[in-house]
Amino acid sequence: MDVKDEGEKRRAYASPEQLRYARVLEAGMKLGLCVLVAGFLGYVSGVVPAHVPLAQLPALWSLAAPDYLRATGMPQGWGWLAMLGSGDILPLIGITVLAGISMLCFIALLPLYAARRDWIYLTITVLEIGVLALAASGLLTAGH
Amino acid sequence: MRVLRLVAGTAMVLSSAWCADPAWAAGEPAAAMQWWVWPLSLFVICFVLGMIAVPAGVGGGVLFVPIISGFFPFHLDFVRGAGLLVALASAVAAGPGLLRAGLADLRLALPLALLASASSIAGALIGLALPAPVVQTALGATILGIVALMCAASKSEFPQVARPDSLAAALRIHGVFYDAVHRREITWQVHRTPLGLVLFLGIGMLAGLFGLGAGWANVPALNLVMGVPLRLSAGSSGFILSIVDSSAVWVYMNKGAVLAIVAAPSVIGMMLGAFIGARLLTIIRASTIRKLVIAVLLAAGLRALAKGLGLWM
Repeated sequence: MDVKDEGEKRRAYASPEQLRYARVLEAGMKLGLCVLVAGFLGYVSGVVPAHVPLAQLPALWSLAAPDYLRATGMPQGWGWLAMLGSGDILPLIGITVLAGISMLCFIALLPLYAARRDWIYLTITVLEIGVLALAASGLLTAGH
Repeated sequence: MRVLRLVAGTAMVLSSAWCADPAWAAGEPAAAMQWWVWPLSLFVICFVLGMIAVPAGVGGGVLFVPIISGFFPFHLDFVRGAGLLVALASAVAAGPGLLRAGLADLRLALPLALLASASSIAGALIGLALPAPVVQTALGATILGIVALMCAASKSEFPQVARPDSLAAALRIHGVFYDAVHRREITWQVHRTPLGLVLFLGIGMLAGLFGLGAGWANVPALNLVMGVPLRLSAGSSGFILSIVDSSAVWVYMNKGAVLAIVAAPSVIGMMLGAFIGARLLTIIRASTIRKLVIAVLLAAGLRALAKGLGLWM
């Protein structure tokens, strides 16, 4: 059996749902990493000026997260979206893509489970989307 | 040989970067050093961690959090946020290949990931609310527990499952995958699903609390408790981890505990190292690297415990 046959044989054991999940996950992973690397290079090279100057960071990164936010005036939750022109915010775009890609994968599964009338897994998938959306919304961390 | 040269090269880059900094040479505190020394060191360390994590069969997060929190000046909040991202990025990178090869199973992973991702949110909220020394001490104790688990836990390549439990039957958690090593189809089913669900609740909590990828716990729970074949356990563990860590990462991001200067070089270094690590697996015995990882974890766990208890700051 040659390598190509081996790969095809393996893929034959993956369900259509797995193959769709894999396709979306791979696209998101590549996009997220590229954006993260580009954003980080723009930040550390100084091409995009940072809200908190790089030279000041050693005096600040030993603070707890709430103290760091207070000391630097950085926002909590999704407030960073209003500061996309700052170098230290740019890498967060790539991180957001990496953190959010699972939710998109689950959304892509919904039509497949619905077409198959697999109500149990459709429900589990909807619940998982709900959990991820709740975590991403910031509702649980607001006001702390 | 090329890989060993690469390891030596990264060590030289790291040491020369440290030595080039006048504050380091003068023995001044970390805050007095040039800012770039730390992200560069972080990148190099994570590159090396990425190389050894793959052959050792552990996620990057379990090595990252105790080592970086023990020896770097960053607050534990930022280290845990970056630790989750490191584990998430590794899992997301491996996920597509595992799913396509049938070595991660969606029907098996989804119910477990649902409970674990919900509990990881609770773990993250608790972890960010507790004082850092308490979390550091608990982290040290947990890492030492992981060392004990890695030393003691047996593995079963093809566990015998006489009949599936009623929940597994209702969820139709069973399947067939092709084992390329043994060149045959492996038919599998699971048992003790309710116990597995409870265990994954706890595993998710620990992942969120400490910012650890939880592959060290996922694999034994799937393999030894639920009777999933070892190869499928390892693949599905990584896939579950990509979902669980996603939910916990959101909590850390929303609380401002993801600092780009810590997270970005860690993720990039770990991913590059992991690509090399997959090749390292072919030239160095996995058992040798596993022993090295256990020794590193033991030292990092003791350091975290001592730092948390205020014995060695």
